[in-house]
Amino acid sequence: MMHNLTIAEQIKGLKSRDFSSLELTEHYLSRIDDSELNAFISVTSEQALTQAKMADSILAKGNASGLTGIPYAHKDIFCTKGVKTSAGSKMLDSFISPYDATLSEKLNSQNMVMLGKTNMDEFAMGSSNENSYYGSVKNPWDTKKVPGGSSGGSAAAVASRISPFATGTDTGGSIRQPASLCGITGLKPTYGRISRYGMIAYASSLDQAGPMTRTAEDSAIILNAMAGFDERDSTSANKSVPDYTKNLSKSLKGLKIGLPKEYFSEGLDKGVERVIIQAIKDYEAMGAEIIEVSLPNSMNAIPAYYIVAPCECSSNLSRFDGVRYGYRCDDPKDLNDLYLRSRSEGFGDEVKRRIMIGAYALSAGYYDAYYLKAQKVRQLISEDFKKAFKEVDVIMGPVSPTPAFELGSIKDSVSMYLADIYTLSVNLAGLPGMSIPAGFSDNLPIGLQLIGNHWSEELLLNTAHQFQLKTDWHNASPVD
Amino acid sequence: MSLDNNKVKEIAYLARLSIENSELEQSTKELNNILSLMDQLGEIDTGDAEPMAHPLEMSQRLRDDQVTEDDLSEEFQEIAPKTGNNHFLVPTVIE
Repeated sequence: MMHNLTIAEQIKGLKSRDFSSLELTEHYLSRIDDSELNAFISVTSEQALTQAKMADSILAKGNASGLTGIPYAHKDIFCTKGVKTSAGSKMLDSFISPYDATLSEKLNSQNMVMLGKTNMDEFAMGSSNENSYYGSVKNPWDTKKVPGGSSGGSAAAVASRISPFATGTDTGGSIRQPASLCGITGLKPTYGRISRYGMIAYASSLDQAGPMTRTAEDSAIILNAMAGFDERDSTSANKSVPDYTKNLSKSLKGLKIGLPKEYFSEGLDKGVERVIIQAIKDYEAMGAEIIEVSLPNSMNAIPAYYIVAPCECSSNLSRFDGVRYGYRCDDPKDLNDLYLRSRSEGFGDEVKRRIMIGAYALSAGYYDAYYLKAQKVRQLISEDFKKAFKEVDVIMGPVSPTPAFELGSIKDSVSMYLADIYTLSVNLAGLPGMSIPAGFSDNLPIGLQLIGNHWSEELLLNTAHQFQLKTDWHNASPVD
Repeated sequence: MSLDNNKVKEIAYLARLSIENSELEQSTKELNNILSLMDQLGEIDTGDAEPMAHPLEMSQRLRDDQVTEDDLSEEFQEIAPKTGNNHFLVPTVIE
């Protein structure tokens, strides 16, 4: 079946006319129609069919770019011209974007086919996708479980093969954690690698987009199309983009893998630990050298992140005021009433909590104790990694302390925050990180986390690809 | 540090959010829970670490002060809740 093919295989299939982009697109649209996971907020069927027909005519001329005619799902945080862009919020339920994000433009310029916009935690704030205005997404491996978040719709779509790949964003783990919980490959690149222009901001010094695919090879192919400098994003890195597929087949003999002892302490589920240890043994068998390292400030990432991110969010989300776009309350009696009610009615509970925490931490008299202090801790976390990367090439560990949990089972914010323990430091330090399928515990997929030094995406993808040549976890499917 | 209901109302107002009186108790409890997590920061010895505002220690790129964007005012007004005479309309501020 076409939906079991990887992107690399679909590219070949399109080029050799085994099937057309229209056939591929219709196949995925009908699978989306049959899906009950709530992975999509909007399905853009008509536009997709038009794009597919256009892709077919380009393919017929024989001068198509590599990704012409490949369908994909776009996280609903990326602005798409003429298409609703909600960020999972009632605030933007009526927002039809008047412009394209740079990433949307880039994928369009490859003549790819957008199937629709995926469900997510409101404004990317959440680890379970339960904070979406459009309802929870279900995990394709067990529909009573969460898919992870915030890119939960994207992860569920790729895992259930209703889209060959999806875009995601990762501020504190939002690509890697749902990738882990749904059993797919997710890459969060180095901060600044992919443009943030038109990607609705949550915490600007942490947000980064990336590909969510079934295989590392597919991630490399997609990253080639996503990465690059953008004038319109002031934090975009002016750095050349290598061909990420070039080094995939390099041997891992002599690769130094660091295991942070702090990532294997109390709180880590035994089943997850067993899977991670086995994956490390597999790497050892491939000729890698395993070295214990220490990241002593790992646990401090939680309070540091949950200051920095809410502070930036309270500033970023002040733009939603009911004046220029988005939700406006009925019959405001004055300007202040318009602000207060539009925001209170438009935002969900978790978003309001984070805005208030940020407003408090930034208010007069508290700035030094919270925001400034958190930035100092951030420096310490970054230095921990710098030290470790003097000794090792790649750091490995779990992505999430547990497999996917029951929908509705975690009720308080703090318990939910604590589950982000292994992913937050990577964003604070601006490093690239990946989650790759590494096994199962209680019939639920478990991801292995790969963390690299700044700009080491090639090495991470190579390291992930070699694992996928030796193991079959990435081919496991929750559907026929 | 712990917040009381009045302080929570004040913070909400700073952020231009309103909290119903019926939800106030619950909100205060939740925010204090999060604050106790944040307060762990105080116990960390940060020595003379420099505050880190940007993950790549990059400086802000500058560009020439030239208009680079097209005029999209019509498109932007089209999606606004209320407009008139090329302006975004809000309730009367000055009589």
